[in-house]
Amino acid sequence: MDAIKVSGVSKSFGDVEALKKVVLSIPQGGIYALLGPNGAGKTTLIKIMTTLLKPDSGSVKVGGLDVVSQAVQVRKIIGFAGQFAAIDDHLTGRENLEMVGRLYHLGRRKARLRADEILRQLDLAGAADRTGRTYSGGMRRRLDLGASFITSPSILFLDEPTTGLDPRGRADLWDVIRELVVGGTTLLLTTQNLEEAEELAKQIAIIDRGRLIAEGTASELKERIGGSILEFRVQSGEQLERARDATRDLFSGNQAIDPQLGRISGSVASSTDALAQLVRRLDASGINIADIHLRRPTLNEVFLALTGRESE
Amino acid sequence: MLDWNSLVNGITDVLMLTSRNLKRYVRIPQLLVFSSIQPVMFLLLFNYVFGGAIRVSTGSHSYIEFLLPGILMQVAMFGSTATSVGLADDLSKGMVDRFRSLPIARSAVLAGRTTADLLRNFFVVVLMVVVGMVLGFRFQGGFFHALAALALVLLFAYSFSWISATIGLHVRDPETVQIASFIWIFPLVFASGAFVPVATMPSWLQDFAANQPVTVTVDALRSLMISGQTYHVGRALLWMAGILVVFIFLAVRAYKRIS
Ligand SMILES: Nc1ncnc2c1ncn2[C@@H]1O[C@H](COP(=O)(O)OP(=O)(O)O)[C@@H](O)[C@H]1O
Ligand SMILES: [Mg+2]
Repeated sequence: MDAIKVSGVSKSFGDVEALKKVVLSIPQGGIYALLGPNGAGKTTLIKIMTTLLKPDSGSVKVGGLDVVSQAVQVRKIIGFAGQFAAIDDHLTGRENLEMVGRLYHLGRRKARLRADEILRQLDLAGAADRTGRTYSGGMRRRLDLGASFITSPSILFLDEPTTGLDPRGRADLWDVIRELVVGGTTLLLTTQNLEEAEELAKQIAIIDRGRLIAEGTASELKERIGGSILEFRVQSGEQLERARDATRDLFSGNQAIDPQLGRISGSVASSTDALAQLVRRLDASGINIADIHLRRPTLNEVFLALTGRESE
Repeated sequence: MLDWNSLVNGITDVLMLTSRNLKRYVRIPQLLVFSSIQPVMFLLLFNYVFGGAIRVSTGSHSYIEFLLPGILMQVAMFGSTATSVGLADDLSKGMVDRFRSLPIARSAVLAGRTTADLLRNFFVVVLMVVVGMVLGFRFQGGFFHALAALALVLLFAYSFSWISATIGLHVRDPETVQIASFIWIFPLVFASGAFVPVATMPSWLQDFAANQPVTVTVDALRSLMISGQTYHVGRALLWMAGILVVFIFLAVRAYKRIS
């Protein structure tokens, strides 16, 4: 049985179609990433899965339970951390966790025990008795995450868990997230960041303007995008057009041209081959290269490759 | 569906949320201090500034006797804005989304919020009565009528908390909701018999002022506190029952429709 099954879900807010007939199956266990730019519909989908919103049409099963007709049972088996850290500024870290534990009806002692365990696990034990308002952004995120798994739920939903964190805080949180699924938990997270999805998730679904546009493992998706991005700059602007024509067939898709910077870029299937060939061709045409490098595609380029347009 | 277990869970949920809402007064004691100073200041200002000028034609002996029930009503009304501000705050910070993802009743968050506000109002009302007595107020209707009066004003505050909750759930922004609250609260408090007899108002206003809930309830309070009678109490209870039925329904519905 799939942990989560989304069948033809649509949702509109007035004129805005936030989700259009989304179909998605998420297997049990491991991390699944829902990747998409701001406004793609990630939060809307996660809110439908966590019973916070009702779909206009279609259905969603979480752990085999229908999110509309069996919402109460669904809430008992899931954990949810929203896009903004929901912690009470006037409660201490421990009180925040205990309150959520009590609202899951863990009982006073069990809630206390779990709160202390989680504070240690998240490296917040030293701040356990400080109020939420004294917590840094990264600490708030971690505490909020802790509240979502206080009952060790079998299915966990995290909406943009690392947005707004510095690289260090992001890496710390990644470690925590990886640890969470060791015991067999299914974890669905949303992100705007391709690197994060690759780093964490077994399976990735890309969502754009309310539609699911691609799904697969990171390497499957990268193949569709076309491996790496080869990018170079020419020394003078007049050479740009010639450079474009001379290298056109080296790229697997369209070349992106930035006349202002004198820059050409595009995805290449076999990166080292393409790099060597490119240098030879430009040299033979007498074009001077100012700068050349290979790099990973950005989310923008994934979009360009999949949708033929830039993401906003 | 309603078994013993879920009943106990339901009650603990409301208690947990109530204590969570009250903790902010423990953690920021200044909040309670200043929110108590404000009504005390009103009482002193009204008593000493207007007290000399307003010749009350209600048969009361002194202005404080007329004033205290009115001030209690004002405290209850102003205090009810805390409900909407608190809810709007929880909504804007994502707390409500977290609560809605938990296996608790849809009404628990609202019940926890209004109960916390009821307890805070209890504290402020008692404080006002004490200050009023220092200024010369005496309950002339006896102990039980005094208790009944306090219960009535708290029930009034509780009903208005639900109006406030409904507004908070619709407006959602804490600052806007604060401003929006005073638009409906000021006319109700001042176009009433709380501070001046309704008979002194222009006749077009009297029809509204004489029958609106603040006047009816303040008249009931005066009857209980000063003459030990129960005039207007029935009408006041009718108003509150009506407000509770309508606004609990509206607030819970708005809560369910949050997106
Ligand atoms: N409550 C709402 N009312 C109106 N429009 C909304 C609401 N929630 C989301 N939207 C719109 O739906 C679209 C998808 O939003 P969202 O699911 O929040 O995207 P994401 O989380 O991927 O950034 C956006 O265009 C957004 O403006
Ligand atoms: Mg979002």
